[in-house]
Amino acid sequence: MSSAMKMYGKHRFPGRLFIVEGIDGSGKSTQLSLLHKWLESEGYVASFSEWNSSPLVQDVTRRGKKKKMLTPMTFSLIHATDFADRTEHDIIPPLKAGAVVLADRYIYTAFARDVVRGVHPEWVRGLYGFAVKPTVAFYFRTPLDIAMKRILGGRDAIKYYEAGMDLHLSEDDDIEENFRIFQGRIVEQYEKMIDEFGLVVIDATLSIEEQQAQMRQIVTEALTGTKKTRIRRWLDLASLQKGSRA
Amino acid sequence: MARFSFFAEGLPGIDLEELKGKLIVLEGTDGVGRSTHITLLKQWLENNGHAVLDTGMTRSALAGKRLRQAKEGHTLGGVTMSLFYTTDFADRLENEMIPALRAGFIVLTDRYIYSLMARAIVRGADPEWIKDVYGFALKPDAIFYLRVKIDDLITRVIQSTGFDYWESGMDLHLGEDMYDSFVEYQSRLLTQFDKMVEGYGFEVIDASGSIEDVFDDLKNRVSHALKNNREIAPRGTKN
Repeated sequence: MSSAMKMYGKHRFPGRLFIVEGIDGSGKSTQLSLLHKWLESEGYVASFSEWNSSPLVQDVTRRGKKKKMLTPMTFSLIHATDFADRTEHDIIPPLKAGAVVLADRYIYTAFARDVVRGVHPEWVRGLYGFAVKPTVAFYFRTPLDIAMKRILGGRDAIKYYEAGMDLHLSEDDDIEENFRIFQGRIVEQYEKMIDEFGLVVIDATLSIEEQQAQMRQIVTEALTGTKKTRIRRWLDLASLQKGSRA
Repeated sequence: MARFSFFAEGLPGIDLEELKGKLIVLEGTDGVGRSTHITLLKQWLENNGHAVLDTGMTRSALAGKRLRQAKEGHTLGGVTMSLFYTTDFADRLENEMIPALRAGFIVLTDRYIYSLMARAIVRGADPEWIKDVYGFALKPDAIFYLRVKIDDLITRVIQSTGFDYWESGMDLHLGEDMYDSFVEYQSRLLTQFDKMVEGYGFEVIDASGSIEDVFDDLKNRVSHALKNNREIAPRGTKN
C-alpha cells in the first residue's frame, strides 16, 4: 500500500472486471468458465480469480472452519482478509496492465452471507470499501428448489458453514433443512442488492447457451469504447511473448 | 444501563449488560516499556485480589501463528495485513476479552485498536475506513498512552533489542537503512497516536522517567479507573 488507498468506485484502471454472483447451484461458475474460454478465443488474456488466495490466509480460514472456531465477526473478517489479498495480488495488477479480470463470487457474496449471520449491513459494506467496483456484476437468479436439486444431487455432503449450520436455523439441526433456510435468506439479500449495486440479472432457468449469449453481448459492449485498443495492444504483446516462447 | 458500549455497530450476539469487568489499555509505540508495565500491573492487581487477564497482539488462537509467519515472510499487501490484524484482534476480543469481562476480570491489554489503526494509516489505509472497520470494538474503561520522544525511543531500542524489521517499517522503504527507516516510521506512528489523544480520551503518561516513576503514575491512574464505576466516555475523560 505505498500509494494512498482508493475506495470503491474511485479506481481508474484501463482493464475490465467482470464478476458473477448467485447461490450455490445457480450455474454461475459454468457460465464464467464459458465466458473465459470465449474471451481467450477472441484474443483477450483474461485472468481468473477465485475465493482463495494466499496460503497463509487460506490456512487460517480452513482451520477456523474445520474447528468451528469462527464467529460471524471473525468469519466476516477472515474472508475480507483473503479478499484483500486477492485484490492486491490478482485483481489490481492485471487491471492496471489493461487486462480482463474474471471473478467467481465477489464482495456481494460476503454482504449476503455476513448480513444473514447478523453482521451489520453498513459495517460490512464499509469493510470492503477498498474493493474495485466491477465493470459488470452478473447475478444468476435461480429458484431455490432448482439450486437445491443441483447441490444435493451433485455432492456427497454439504459443509457446516456452507449450510449455515452455525446459525442453527432448523429444528434438530437437520443439515438439508438448515441449508435451504440459509440459502433462502441469502437470496433475499441478493434481491435487495440488485438495485443498490446495479447487479445485472441473468435468469438462470434459461438454457446454458442462452445465458451465455446474454453475457457475451453485455461483455462485448463493456469491452468496446476508448480503452479497447489499449487492451488489444497489451494482449498483442502478451501473445507475441507466447509465440516467441513456443 | 450497560457499563460497556461499542464504538459503532458492534459485535453481533453480545449482551453488553453481562459485561462486568474492566477493560484497561496500554498504548504507545515500540520500545516504550508497555510489556514491562503490563507485567508489573498484573502482579500488583493480583496482589490486591483482582483477577487479571493480560493479552496482546498476534496472540489469537485463530490467526496468531499465521500472522506472525506472514510478518516474517512479508509477502502480504497493506490492506491484507491490516485486515489480518483485525481478524486476530476480533478473535481475541470475542474469545478472550469478552468472556473475561463477563466473569468480572480486569482485562489488561498490551495495545488495542489504536496501534492497529496507526499502523494501518502509516501504511496508506484511509483513516475513516480503518476507524469504521474497528467500530465493532468495545470502548475501554481507560487508555494509558505511554509516550516518549523519538530521541529517547532510539536510545532505548539501541540499548535493548536493536532495530527490528517491522518496528523499523522496512516494508515501507522510508530510509536508506534500518536507523533512518526506524526514525521516520516511529515518528509517523507518534504523529498518529498524538492525533488520537483528544478524540479517544487517552491519558498521556510521560514514559521517559524511570520504570519506578512511570509505574507509580500508572498505579495511581489505574486505582482511579477502578474506583470510577460510571461508564467512561471516549471524550472528556482527562485528568
